[in-house]
Amino acid sequence: MSRVVSFTLNGESVEATVESRTLLVEMLRDTLGRTGTHVGCDTSQCGACVIHVDGRSVKSCTMLAVQAEGAELTTIEGVARDGSLHPMQEAFREHHGLQCGFCTPGMIMSALDLVQRNADPDEKQIREWLEGNLCRCTGYQNIVRAVKAGAAAMRTGNAGGGNGP
Amino acid sequence: MAHRMVNKGIGAAVRRKEDHRFITGKGRYTDDINRPRQLYAWIVRSPLPHARIRAIDSEAAEGLRGVVAVFTGSDMAADGVGGLPCGWGITQKDGSQMAEPAHPPLAREFVRCIGDQVAVVLAESRGVARDAAELIEVDYEELPAVTDLVSAAAGDAPQVWPAEAPGNVCFDWEIGDAAAVDQAFAAATHVVDIDIVNTRLIPNAIEPRAAIGDYDSGKDEYTLYTTSQNPHVIRLLMGAYVLNIPEHKLRVVAPDVGGGFGSKIFHYAEEAIVTWASKRVERPVKWTADRSESFMSDAHGRDHVSHAELALNAEGDFLALRVSTRANLGAYLSTFGPSVPTYLYGTLLAGTYKTPAVYCEVKGMFTHTVPVDAYRGAGRPEATYLLERLVDKAARETGIDKVELRRRNFIPPDGFPYQTPVALEYDSGNYHACLDKALEMVDYGGFAERRDASAAAGKLRGIGFSTYIEACGLAPSNVAGQLGARAGLYEAGTIRVNPTGSVTVLTGSHSHGQGHETTFSQLVTDALGVDFDSVDVVHGDTGKIPFGMGTYGSRSLSVGGMAIVSALEKIRTKARKIAAHLLEASDEDVVFENGKLTVAGTDRSVTFGDVALSAYVPHNYPLDLLEPGLEETAFYDPKNFTFPSGCHICEVEVDPETGVVEVVRFVAADDFGRIVNPMIVEGQVQGGVTQGIGQALYEQCIYDPDTGQLLTGSLMDYCLPRADNLPDFEIATTMTLCTHNALGVKGCGEAGTIGSTPAVINAVIDALSDLNVTDLPIPATAERVWRAIRDARAA
Repeated sequence: MSRVVSFTLNGESVEATVESRTLLVEMLRDTLGRTGTHVGCDTSQCGACVIHVDGRSVKSCTMLAVQAEGAELTTIEGVARDGSLHPMQEAFREHHGLQCGFCTPGMIMSALDLVQRNADPDEKQIREWLEGNLCRCTGYQNIVRAVKAGAAAMRTGNAGGGNGP
Repeated sequence: MAHRMVNKGIGAAVRRKEDHRFITGKGRYTDDINRPRQLYAWIVRSPLPHARIRAIDSEAAEGLRGVVAVFTGSDMAADGVGGLPCGWGITQKDGSQMAEPAHPPLAREFVRCIGDQVAVVLAESRGVARDAAELIEVDYEELPAVTDLVSAAAGDAPQVWPAEAPGNVCFDWEIGDAAAVDQAFAAATHVVDIDIVNTRLIPNAIEPRAAIGDYDSGKDEYTLYTTSQNPHVIRLLMGAYVLNIPEHKLRVVAPDVGGGFGSKIFHYAEEAIVTWASKRVERPVKWTADRSESFMSDAHGRDHVSHAELALNAEGDFLALRVSTRANLGAYLSTFGPSVPTYLYGTLLAGTYKTPAVYCEVKGMFTHTVPVDAYRGAGRPEATYLLERLVDKAARETGIDKVELRRRNFIPPDGFPYQTPVALEYDSGNYHACLDKALEMVDYGGFAERRDASAAAGKLRGIGFSTYIEACGLAPSNVAGQLGARAGLYEAGTIRVNPTGSVTVLTGSHSHGQGHETTFSQLVTDALGVDFDSVDVVHGDTGKIPFGMGTYGSRSLSVGGMAIVSALEKIRTKARKIAAHLLEASDEDVVFENGKLTVAGTDRSVTFGDVALSAYVPHNYPLDLLEPGLEETAFYDPKNFTFPSGCHICEVEVDPETGVVEVVRFVAADDFGRIVNPMIVEGQVQGGVTQGIGQALYEQCIYDPDTGQLLTGSLMDYCLPRADNLPDFEIATTMTLCTHNALGVKGCGEAGTIGSTPAVINAVIDALSDLNVTDLPIPATAERVWRAIRDARAA
């Protein structure tokens, strides 16, 4: 059975017909072509598919698309505004918080939700918050550093604090 | 804002140019690609570890709306499709070749492991393909199975290949001088021995494998998009051995790839299946693994059972090492499977030590499990784990301090080049420098105090050491060929200077997290003085890049980078000729520095940009001496392996009430030779160390010994390290230059994984030393540690 689903995605109204069993992440990727949100597992463990639903981080493999009816969704594609990177994105670049990049969209979306709940998280809080986001490349150290710097930049309105080459 | 000159050449921690697309969701991975009219493939996999296929009934599946076709192994066989080839042959002790059974992409009469490919469904959507797969009835006659090495060697063991490999033995191989070792053991004061298991691991790159076959009947051309670390190797193997497609009709594209760690080196059945099926149905065919399929179809890693003995004299000098290993190869030979427990393992058993005699024998065994192949480190972690556990045990049994015992036996800094008793010649190194640096970083002198502080808090603190060496930069082709490699392992690089002076680099190396676009751009900036941002690096497309052997074995910089450096040298030579023509000087008199070509001793100069433009809009070129254009290709074959080395020190705290192990300090001092981008190198070590800690404390692939079922078949069951399992690592480098490449580089991608596992487990054992615990298996899970403590207290 198919259903029409409509929601706001990165500020734009979208509507599409999907099979009722379609996962939200499948609709984003396959139906809407927003491939920035990734699928890394089938047990809701890896966190590569984290997006924001009505402002809160959600693993988009844990929701059916039909459950997003009327919601406001933000994916990684909607984080940079007016051509400039969000301070959290800039911090990931500045602090080498990514290698292959596959977990990165989920990490950034998850980190952004952390910072809106806790503007100044310490290292332990960051590590515990990111427990549901797997990264196989970085060993997390630079991700933690990036999130801390990103949070600091968001507090002061600066971009990343980077002075590297 | 004031502009400052920023060095973005060799040695600078340049921020990565590839990051922008990844942090904005614009990365382009295989599953992000969709082709017009594409179908979705779903692979029917064996739920049994060993069975005869009596019949396959796909009638119901084929009748499902949206299903286009169902194919089985007999369809592929009817089209003359070949088996997946093995790229490395092993010559056995008796001079004969290893057993090499056929590996059809879709099983024929038998399935031999959980996950074995049995049929493929093609449908209009992934969901329909999956529904249809559920409707396919395979009539299996279940047969007995064996999954572990000890059972596989038993006399009455189920046979994986009864005709081809009796006793489940693929090969029986040896290296080293057995007689010299026997003699040394006879004269030894101490003999220390260990039985040791190197656990089976599942690599788990976060991006699952995917492949899209796209056949163009108009031109009779195939394109395969695939999650590969080496697209040219896939083109070579699949084109020549499996599908019989000539190279000029087959393009293989490996776009952004979400991590590999070895698991994406190999040619997999699904690549051949989608490419072949695309021609059969004349539509593109896309397959993406879900994580469950990754667990049962990506090549696994490690899985050794060994016995090792070390002979020492009264002073603690190592006299000889004798190792006997059984290595699990799985049910079929993966692309490089046989090379891992032999030439990447036995040859590394000298380690950092001047042990004069080493002998190692390895039996490669078939079992009813997923094929085993290279996983980050590939053979070298197995060698290092065995050696460093044994050395620690030797220290305990002889009463010699474990740091002093290592130091005493190190190959001295002036001992290079050093010929080991197991084939390799180390070109350079300074193991004392790494050890000293690591000891200083960890504040070894302060350990007793830290241990007491932990004890006061009810925790048992331990410190563990590991010194390692690895052979990287695979590989000098003549050496690799003598050792059984069926291809030379050089690399290709092209420098295309565009008319406006920007530069396009075409490299046969493949980046799946390593940051090649940045590191290789730094090489270009350094050599030509062009702006970092005007260099583009193209990789992962056989349609664009002349040739390549790909990325594995920490080879990208020392082999791929050297191909680029060699091509850059040709560009510099030609640029000087062009400048000489433009400046009416002799090319020997032209100096090329900082992007400027100057007639020595004069102020007459042209910029590199002038030279580039002139090369493409030439006037009055002396055509017998100077050809228009500015593009050069180089093929670089390394003269030797490179030998990164280092010392890792780990401190753990064990909670004796729960058995929980916490890594509280981790120090790494590594010698990677010259470093091009220290930020990227540090990231590689951090990630590598984490995977090594994963093996030491968390990860293990487990097959049920009775049913042969894969028990760790999901991320709910297989424990990957998470952010809250780890501390910040303290990482530093020392430097001795590689003597046989112009960059002096050694490679850094695998070191972290190689050095860390033994350091962690040695630390856990040290923490329990007061309880007289002297051995622990990996992973040292809380349960195992708790049981060890309980048993020790009861004893």
